[in-house]
Amino acid sequence: MKKTKTVNQKVRSIDGKGIMMGRAAYTDDFAPKAALVIKVLRSPHAFARIKRIDKSKAEALPGVEIVLTHEDFPRNPFTRAGQGYPEPSPHDKFALDDHVRYVGDEIACVAAHDEKTAEAALKLIEVDYEVKEPVLDFEKAKGNESVIHAEESIHEMFPIGFDPEKNVAAAYHMEVDDVEKRLSESEVTIESSFYTQAQAHTALEPHTVNARIDYLNRLVIYSSTQTPFHVRRILSQALEIPLNRIRVIKPRVGGGFGGKQAIHGEMLAAMVTMKTKKPSRLTYTRKEVFEATYSRHPMRIDMRLGATKDGRITAIDCYGLSDTGAYGEHALTVFMVTGSKVLPLYNKVDAVRFHGDIVYTNRMSSGAFRGYGAVQGNYALESAIDMLAEKLGMDPLALRQKNMIAEGESSPIFEIMGEGTAGTAMNMESCKLDYCVKRGMELIGYKDKYPRQEIGKNKLRSVGMAIAMQGSGIPYIDMGAATIKLNDDGFYNLLVGATDIGQGSDTILAQIAAEELGVDVEKMVVYSSDTDLTPFDAGAYASSTTYVSGNAVWKAAKTMKERLIAEAARSLGVEPEDIEFQGTSFKNKKDDEELTLSDLSNTLFYNDDQKQLSVTESYYGTKSPPPFMAGFVEIEIDKETGEYEVIDYVSVVDCGVTINPKLAQGQIEGGVVQGLGMAMTEDVKIAANGKLITADFLNYKIPTGKDIRKLTTEFAESYEKSGPYGAKSVGEIGIDTPPAAIANAVYNALGVRIKSLPVTPEKILSALKEKNGKHHMMGMRSHDGRNL
Amino acid sequence: MKIETVVNGHKRIFDITPDELLADTLKRYDYTSVRKGCDTTSCGVCTILVDGSPVPSCAYLTARAEGKEITTVEGIAEEAERLAEHFGDEGADQCGFCNPGIALSVHALKLSRKSFTEENLRHYLVGHLCRCSGYQSQIKAIQRYLGDAK
Repeated sequence: MKKTKTVNQKVRSIDGKGIMMGRAAYTDDFAPKAALVIKVLRSPHAFARIKRIDKSKAEALPGVEIVLTHEDFPRNPFTRAGQGYPEPSPHDKFALDDHVRYVGDEIACVAAHDEKTAEAALKLIEVDYEVKEPVLDFEKAKGNESVIHAEESIHEMFPIGFDPEKNVAAAYHMEVDDVEKRLSESEVTIESSFYTQAQAHTALEPHTVNARIDYLNRLVIYSSTQTPFHVRRILSQALEIPLNRIRVIKPRVGGGFGGKQAIHGEMLAAMVTMKTKKPSRLTYTRKEVFEATYSRHPMRIDMRLGATKDGRITAIDCYGLSDTGAYGEHALTVFMVTGSKVLPLYNKVDAVRFHGDIVYTNRMSSGAFRGYGAVQGNYALESAIDMLAEKLGMDPLALRQKNMIAEGESSPIFEIMGEGTAGTAMNMESCKLDYCVKRGMELIGYKDKYPRQEIGKNKLRSVGMAIAMQGSGIPYIDMGAATIKLNDDGFYNLLVGATDIGQGSDTILAQIAAEELGVDVEKMVVYSSDTDLTPFDAGAYASSTTYVSGNAVWKAAKTMKERLIAEAARSLGVEPEDIEFQGTSFKNKKDDEELTLSDLSNTLFYNDDQKQLSVTESYYGTKSPPPFMAGFVEIEIDKETGEYEVIDYVSVVDCGVTINPKLAQGQIEGGVVQGLGMAMTEDVKIAANGKLITADFLNYKIPTGKDIRKLTTEFAESYEKSGPYGAKSVGEIGIDTPPAAIANAVYNALGVRIKSLPVTPEKILSALKEKNGKHHMMGMRSHDGRNL
Repeated sequence: MKIETVVNGHKRIFDITPDELLADTLKRYDYTSVRKGCDTTSCGVCTILVDGSPVPSCAYLTARAEGKEITTVEGIAEEAERLAEHFGDEGADQCGFCNPGIALSVHALKLSRKSFTEENLRHYLVGHLCRCSGYQSQIKAIQRYLGDAK
């Protein structure tokens, strides 16, 4: 790789100062003062039909501008999922409906001149319900006599296995070779079921939207969204507003993690403003974020592995049952990633099968969440690999090293499985997983510490690990585009559809453009994610931005460079090949005459053959090169209480060249800690009537700064030829390994295998009791079976 | 009702309702740095200083601020800018929604001149949830900033 000045160098976030200083940046900061305040009436029932709804008293309350119910919306089913079109998610949602399908589902909204009036008006809306029998256990959903979606006109956009009469949102099946045959022939097999829980995203900025009609009589939406272009398209289709009448602006977003890869308040705010012609604003309360956005898909994963005695993994069978909740957003695609971005880790198998159903239940919808199914699959597979290693009498690391994917190799799964459709065959041009594992072993001190050490009367320290892969965008489906515009005095605007949600994409995209054009990052003024002003980009999801949007920026910068060289040659009266491009100047190689970029741009603006230089390029992936990671954890655990804490979490990551090493580290560490939250404490819980118990940060415990003692993060030297400056994406991979690494570390400490997340002290204690009880009754026997 | 306070060194008269919360008042009076994240005083993004001490403004009645000195991050702009440089060097700034609140708590710590270790710094900042960074980069940046500030 040639020497770079900006890429892979220490560059501060371009927006860090203004954000720290509290300047107006986020959606709510831009709501007009006079905006109507919107409040939402939400369902108290898990499943009910609205027999009658009377809004007359609410509308009569002084200060109330409008009340909207399902009768006020066109009856167009859509999916809230912000995905490429046609979406692989069923169109099973109406802006407002005459049915409510979970506690928190929207019934009506009030727009009033202030918050108190809006809240008072909610209480005046009269609703008569016909309460129906809810389906709350996802293992009893399929074929349940209570059918959650019986409405007419809901549909799939193309075959995804949508079967609402059976409460099935989508289904999937794929098989390479003959799994049953290979398993029956295997010398050693293991079989186990794993349960993963609903996890809440908890971005610190609640979901926020405001709407207004501008002086061109167009609807302008400010939204804390990860997918502004998808928001515009879905609003247009659902509300029957021509696309050209809508502008969606994404200001600074206070965290997303997948939680904002969907429509949330936009439908209501848009309709309030369309009907009243007045600006409106809607900010979810934290309770609403917990109760009525969405969570990670809970799953049951049945994993079967077969191997030869000497440790060659021969077959993997993975059945999954996924709970999509009330609506099928991201149902199929999350499920497919559970297979497609997990199972290729062990690519030398003779046979592999991945299949299962994604079912509706009467709990809050599941949706996109960093890792997007891969976390769930990784926990099951990487737990099962440790179990297999024990049965083989092998070191779990040696088993992995013998069977894991390596550079230059492939997996048939890549071609079979895409996201909602078939996939794309690819070889691993860059895969330093072997280095990641070896380096991680050194950093954690694996040889000395595996499996455990006594460090006191009741305390043990142990280590556990897992490997993971993710992707870099969705090939042939999601496109990103960039415009670079030259200004007088020789600086640029970089206009990107790519959506900075806090991950720092504006900064790293500026770095890519600045590197190619040979200027400082300050000369690259970034503006992103405005459907009127920036080119298209699918949005911030599927680990797309560095690889897909980054490639678009790189292409645009290269084209701009060609245009600049042509203009400089013309100005100097020479041929383009005579020009040496130096970023801020151009040199005539023949006589060393120099023309500065500043002079060239000023001339182009004001003096000679005047023109605006502006280029737009776009990029879509023809493959999705996976980043890889090895994650190692050391925990300290109390033998008597089952309580444990993380001493160190070591991440060694191959994401190609890091465009911004510190920001890449931030993606990994943020992902790891979010994954540790999922592994250790986080658990969205509902009561028997479907009502959410974990509706605030007091009951839903995310990690704080004192919960994780140390994070050790390193990057492998790696170069992905198809990526911008050798980069792959890095947004999701960090979250994948902690659940399995923690479960493996707990097993290595105490010999109990926790097969449901989160791995809590209660589950550990109960498993210990069961294990010790069995010891007394039946002598030594390894613990197996589901712990709850 | 009207109350008189000092915000960032300037006398302000706020026209409020008796049950109004300070976070809402400050937002209404265009202190954009004050953000709301949880409604249960759990997340820290609404943190401001009242007479130099960090307070979650989402649970503080504006009426109580009569005669008090309020500091928002707009009032410590230079300090915030310097802290931001350290955040930038450590890659600690991601979505930034929690940053102004952290800046104020760190500023209060600096004013207190108390010594600190990494462990008690982590403990001190436990009320500032961050879902982006994993905390370690923030802690490093803050340690550097406080070290410089001494």
